[in-house]
Parts: sequence; structure tokens; C-alpha cells
Amino acid sequence: MRHFVEELEQLKTKLLEMSSLVEAAIQRSISAVIQKDRSAAEEVFRNEARINEIEIDIDEFAINLLALKQPMAADLRLIVAALKINTDLERMGDLSVTIAERAMSLMEEPVIKPMIDIPHIAGLVQSMVRKSLDAFVARDADLARSVLASDDAVDSLRTACYHELVSFMEKDPQNIQQALDLLAVTRSLERLADHSTNIAEDVLFLVKGIDVRHHAEARP
Amino acid sequence: MRSTEISAPSAPEGKANVSTSKLCAKDLNFYYGSFQALRGISMQVFDKQVTAFIGPSGCGKSTFLRTLNRMNETVRHSRVDGEILLDNDNIFKLEVSQVRRRVGMVFQRSNPFPKSIFENVAYGLRVNGFPNRAALRESVEQSLRRAALWDEVKDKLHQSAYGLSGGQQQRLCIARALAVNPEVLLLDEPCSALDPIATAKIEDLIFQLKDSCTIVIVTHNMQQAARVADYTGFFLLGRLIEFDSTTVIFKTPAKKETEDYVTGRFG
Repeated sequence: MRHFVEELEQLKTKLLEMSSLVEAAIQRSISAVIQKDRSAAEEVFRNEARINEIEIDIDEFAINLLALKQPMAADLRLIVAALKINTDLERMGDLSVTIAERAMSLMEEPVIKPMIDIPHIAGLVQSMVRKSLDAFVARDADLARSVLASDDAVDSLRTACYHELVSFMEKDPQNIQQALDLLAVTRSLERLADHSTNIAEDVLFLVKGIDVRHHAEARP
Repeated sequence: MRSTEISAPSAPEGKANVSTSKLCAKDLNFYYGSFQALRGISMQVFDKQVTAFIGPSGCGKSTFLRTLNRMNETVRHSRVDGEILLDNDNIFKLEVSQVRRRVGMVFQRSNPFPKSIFENVAYGLRVNGFPNRAALRESVEQSLRRAALWDEVKDKLHQSAYGLSGGQQQRLCIARALAVNPEVLLLDEPCSALDPIATAKIEDLIFQLKDSCTIVIVTHNMQQAARVADYTGFFLLGRLIEFDSTTVIFKTPAKKETEDYVTGRFG
């Protein structure tokens, strides 16, 4: 039994390594956009392979635990949550790469508008990512619920950005490439928020054994 | 007797909750001399469902199982108080032979009689005054078929039951119990001495039988309870700590003691 508990700790440790790499990738990709930091973008590209490696490692480790240890109750929920969080984290790593690629493109030309909304969305998204992972580590259901509450704010900011960038494109076709890059950045930030929401939902399943996805909690 | 509220468990995964109670224990206490083995057990066993009892050794799960067909009365200096309803009849007010005909039992170790395979199954029917020879033969065949043993023994019905493998002997005991058409079948760790293949056969059999019979199984093997049971009860120190759908017990148990036991952190 003690050995199994140690293996569950190893699973958590692997997931924490993955989450710290992904969080760093998100941070760097945002710096690449906002501060035009080329080296930060390059760092994101370099670390992607490591994130992919850990994803495969965690999947294999978790599937072996399911197959060999027949986990029950809280242990079962931990392993299932770890598998799902793992997938979300890997996608978040990919989104950081998308943001960093668009940042490289944005570095080529002078900006068409001062960057106000994107840092605002990025700040919100980073806070959601941080909180969802902290909620996992601390098994804190209240913190996980606070992440779910933030998702709407990110969605509405992204919609506002979309309309503004479309109006820039309509004004001058010269703006189209840059506006498309910025649209891709905001879209990726919004997707990062969605993945943080997924992680928060998995934390609620882990801690409380409840399914809150798609408002499932309200279903009879 | 104290009045007892018996709360309804959650519905098993993917099914509506079955509301028909086949057996209902109310404030059941059982004593071996001065030792109290069961403490205020109140629960329902639902009709044509599989109910499993799990818990560490000495928790009272087998004692409770044996109380359900009054098998414990054979233990000297034992006594019971409380009530067990079979449908609406208090089993303690029925003839004991009637209770055991309606509530059959299969034990941990297969215990065929030192007779032929045929006679093992026919025994209960003869005791119950089964007159017609042809009908007896048909009933034996039907019971062996229900116990998924017919194909393996049809050519050696008059050979000794002791010639069968452990798994076959256990299915023979199930056939013997089924021969008198019990409404409830109690299984006390029926697979604990069997290999995985024989165990799988018994588990398949449990699935088939529950269409016609209510099944209660005591098992030390939690995975077995998870595989076969619709409802699971966790016993500890003579108390029923938690009773709910098997899914709830193994995925999201409400009580910490249950969680500790099913995750192997007990003790």
C-alpha cells in the first residue's frame, strides 16, 4: 500500500513538473507579444518537446496505475483527473507556441494600436492558470470554483478585442496581417482560459467527486 | 423496538433505482454469547439485484449474511434481536425450513454431499417431497443449466461430485441451492478458493441469475464486489458504515471509513 501511495505522489510530482513548464511557456509567450521579446519566444519553441515528452510519460504512468493497482475512490479520481489535466496542459503548451509564433510575426512591423486589451486578458488568463494549478496542488474546491467564475470575463474581453481588430482591418487593408496575428493571440489566450476551466472542473471532481462540466451539477 | 429510518441508496449506474425491497433488516443486533457481532443494522436488499457486503475480517458481514436465512441460530449461545422482513414476513416468525427454502445459501468452501452429481442437486427436491421421477430429472437438468454446469457434467451425472474441480463443485452447490427455486441466494465468499477462470464463471453466473433471483454476496475481493454488485454495503466492527450503489461506494464514498477501506488505507 505504501508503495502505491508513493506512486501516486510520483504522478503528482510529474504533473507539477509539467504544469511549471507550461506556466513558464505561457509567461514567455505573453512577454514575447507584449515586450517583443524574441528570446522568450525562442525559449517557448525550445521547451515544447520536453512538454510533449512529459505528457506521454504521465499518460503511460497513469494508465499503468489503472491497470495494475485497481485504484478506488479518491485514488481513482486522482488518476483520472491527472490524465485529463495532462491533456489540457499539453494543449496549453501548444497554445503558447501559437502565441510565440504570432509574437515573432508581430515583431516585424510597428504596432497599429497601443496594446491595452491583450495585457489585460493575458493577466486574467495567467491568474486563472495559476489558480487552477494551485487548486489542484492544495485540493482547494473554492479556489477551483473561482476559476470557473473568471471564464466569462475573458470571453467578453476577447469578443471586444475581436470587434476592435475587425474595425482596424476595415479601415486599412495594411492592418490585416497584424490584426490577424493579434486575433490569433486573443483566440489562444481565450483557449488557455478554457483549459484552465477544464482543470478547475477536474479539481472539483477530484476533491468533491462532482461533475460540473456543461452545468452537469444542475442536471437531475 | 426503536423505529428506524432506512435511507434509500443512490441508483446504480445507468439504471433507475429499484424500489422493491426483498429483504429489510430493522435495528438488527446479534450476539455470540456476550460478544455483540452486529450493532443496529438497518438496510434493504432490493429485489432481483446483486448486493455485496465488504469489510475487514470480523466486521460482521458474514454474520449478517447468515442471519438473513437464520443460519446463525445453529450457533450455541447466540441470540438476535430486531427484525428481518422477507417481503412482508418477519423471518423470525416463519418456519425455519420455509425461510431456508426461500433464502438459499452457498458457502465459502464448496461442500457437495458424498453422492453423485445428480443426487446432490436432487437432494433438496426429494426432501421437499418431489414425487415425479421425470419431473425430478427435468428439474435437476434445469438447475444445472442455470448454474452453467450442465454442459460440463451431462455425461457423468451419476459419477461422484467429488470428481469435479473446485470451481465445478462450487457451481454444483449453486445448482443444489437453485433446485428449490429460492427467491434469494446468499453467497458467502463463493470464489475465495477458486482460480480466476472459475471465478469469472461464477461472476457470469451471478449476472445471469439476477434476472430470476435476488443475490447477496459477501466478498473479501473488492474488485469482485465492484464487478458484480448493483449495491454495496461496507461493514466495520459490527456496524453497517455505508450502504449505497456500488458506483458511489467505489467512486465517491460518503464516509471516511469507507474511503480508507476501499483505497486500502484502513488500519
